[in-house]
Amino acid sequence: MRQEVALRLVRLVDQDRPEISFTFEDRAMTARQGDTLLTAILAGDGAFLRESEFGDGHRAGFCLMGACQDCRVVLEGSGRVRACTTLLQPGMRVRRA
Amino acid sequence: MRVAVVGAGPAGVRAVEQLVRAGLRPVWIDEAPDGGGRIYQRPPAGFHRTPKALYGWEGGRAAALHATLDALKPQVDWRPETLVWNIQPGLLDPGRLDTVRDGAVEQLGFDAAILCTGAMDRVIPIPGWTLPGVTAMGAAQIALKTQGCAIGRRVAFVGSGPLLWLVAYQYMKSGAGIAAVIDTTPWRTKLHALAGLRDGAATLAKGAWYVARLRAAGILVREGATPIAIEGEDGVTGLRWRDASGVEQRLDCDALALGWGVRPETQLADLAGVPMRFDAPSHLWVPQRDAAGRSAVPGLYLAGDGAGIGGADVAEMAGARAALALQEDAGMKADVELATRLDRRLHAQARFRAALDRAFPFPARLAATMPDATILCRCEAVRAGELRQAARADAATGAAPEVNRAKAFTRIGMGRCQGRICGAAASAVLADALGCDVTEVGRLRGQAPVKPLPMPMPIPAGTP
Ligand SMILES: Cc1cc2nc3c(=O)[nH]c(=O)nc-3n(C[C@H](O)[C@H](O)[C@H](O)COP(=O)(O)OP(=O)(O)OC[C@H]3O[C@@H](n4cnc5c(N)ncnc54)[C@H](O)[C@@H]3O)c2cc1C
Ligand code: FES
Repeated sequence: MRQEVALRLVRLVDQDRPEISFTFEDRAMTARQGDTLLTAILAGDGAFLRESEFGDGHRAGFCLMGACQDCRVVLEGSGRVRACTTLLQPGMRVRRA
Repeated sequence: MRVAVVGAGPAGVRAVEQLVRAGLRPVWIDEAPDGGGRIYQRPPAGFHRTPKALYGWEGGRAAALHATLDALKPQVDWRPETLVWNIQPGLLDPGRLDTVRDGAVEQLGFDAAILCTGAMDRVIPIPGWTLPGVTAMGAAQIALKTQGCAIGRRVAFVGSGPLLWLVAYQYMKSGAGIAAVIDTTPWRTKLHALAGLRDGAATLAKGAWYVARLRAAGILVREGATPIAIEGEDGVTGLRWRDASGVEQRLDCDALALGWGVRPETQLADLAGVPMRFDAPSHLWVPQRDAAGRSAVPGLYLAGDGAGIGGADVAEMAGARAALALQEDAGMKADVELATRLDRRLHAQARFRAALDRAFPFPARLAATMPDATILCRCEAVRAGELRQAARADAATGAAPEVNRAKAFTRIGMGRCQGRICGAAASAVLADALGCDVTEVGRLRGQAPVKPLPMPMPIPAGTP
């Protein structure tokens, strides 16, 4: 069973945008048009973006400006992308990298 | 003449404006979709906040810059969402930029280029900084500015510099929950450095105003404090820190923003062969250039924070000035009066910048003394202790201290970010471990591609 997870990003302002559906780790989620993949996943209950390949735990991005590459996820059809610089489109299928 | 401008932040916009005024039609490249750079980055379509709400006191400047940017696009070869991943300067032949957009690579020849690549956050790793919920200071601002989100429900802001106060204040104004603002610089250091200058006094006043508003809202603001460790398992639960009198404290938070000013993005200048120098006041490696932005590489100009941190207003002036220098050097008729005026204003700003550097000194000790178990390089999960140990073993063989050697034997800075994030702290740790000056260990060199290329992607023949 999935554990209850904290929502990491908190939607504060400018959130009256149309809803968009996508999947993360094969689970249906909704977010808003104009969200980056990072926002869509972390403002939902996606919890984290990837597991560090060195066994030191979960990662969820750091710079949000395309510099650190710590937010990479796998986008079906595109391969590895940066979650912080990729805008969500309806129906995207996203997995942890 | 083929002219290329990299970057569409304040520096790039004002550079292109002057090039177009002179009748040129440059190719203008930015990795972001909509230009604006870091300070004036725009949210995607569908967001409604006004420039005032997004950029505060800078709202007017932001709107003016965006208007110029949008008016220039049809007059140039505008290439958004395009990364310049390599540069080869031309000495006698034209130079070449390697670009990629949507997985498609292209090579662009140029006779002259202006690099306006901007800056990114300078961070010092502290234990726990790789946990979900910890971001760079600028990242916390980007979340709010371009996505309307806070990075958590109870956010701690840790670091120093004007962005610390500004971002905390912007969060408060947006109704975000703030756990604390932990400033590593004592108030008297800032006061001492800034009080005597007109612009300095204004900065102090702005800072004092932000701090007063934060305090009035009941937010804990502490200066001269030191972060010890971020606590948490799957996410952030708290911060341990030491107050100015040395007493250990703890606070609850579920997110944390970390930053000590910004550092220039110098990879392209480095690849082009522009010599670098260590700027002691800012504690940063910066590309060498003259006051107008000319580098030692013919045809290559540098402007804005990528050429040394000066902030947005300086970036605008420096961008325009570099474009005029390019015109002068190409034998075109440049606006000499404007050039003289810009020179004067840029010169006046330099004093203020020096004062800012004194007001917010980089806490090299904090970096140098991080615990051995701290993950220093988050790309390769290299811990500070591993670097210290390897560096000492290497030094015992008589090798000279050098951060690129350390990279070879610890993989530090070898990861996907190329040392953008850990470079400053890694040099501090290394210099401290070897008992030498930070300038002696050098800096991590830039490498092509400056950022990972999307895969799969064909690399064109003839690329090194
Ligand atoms: C996250 C962040 C937030 C900031 N917020 C503020 C603020 O609120 N107030 C303030 O006064 N200062 C802020 N700053 C400081 C900021 O550096 C300057 O104020 C200002 O943005 C500098 O302008 P610039 O034109 O030199 O560079 P930037 O504004 O950084 O613009 C550089 C541009 O170059 C592009 N670029 C860089 N490399 C490449 C490449 N290889 N290929 C293609 N394009 C490339 C980038 O996409 C970017 O758009 C912030 C800095 C950061 C990093
Ligand atoms: S969070 Fe750093 S590249 Fe996306």
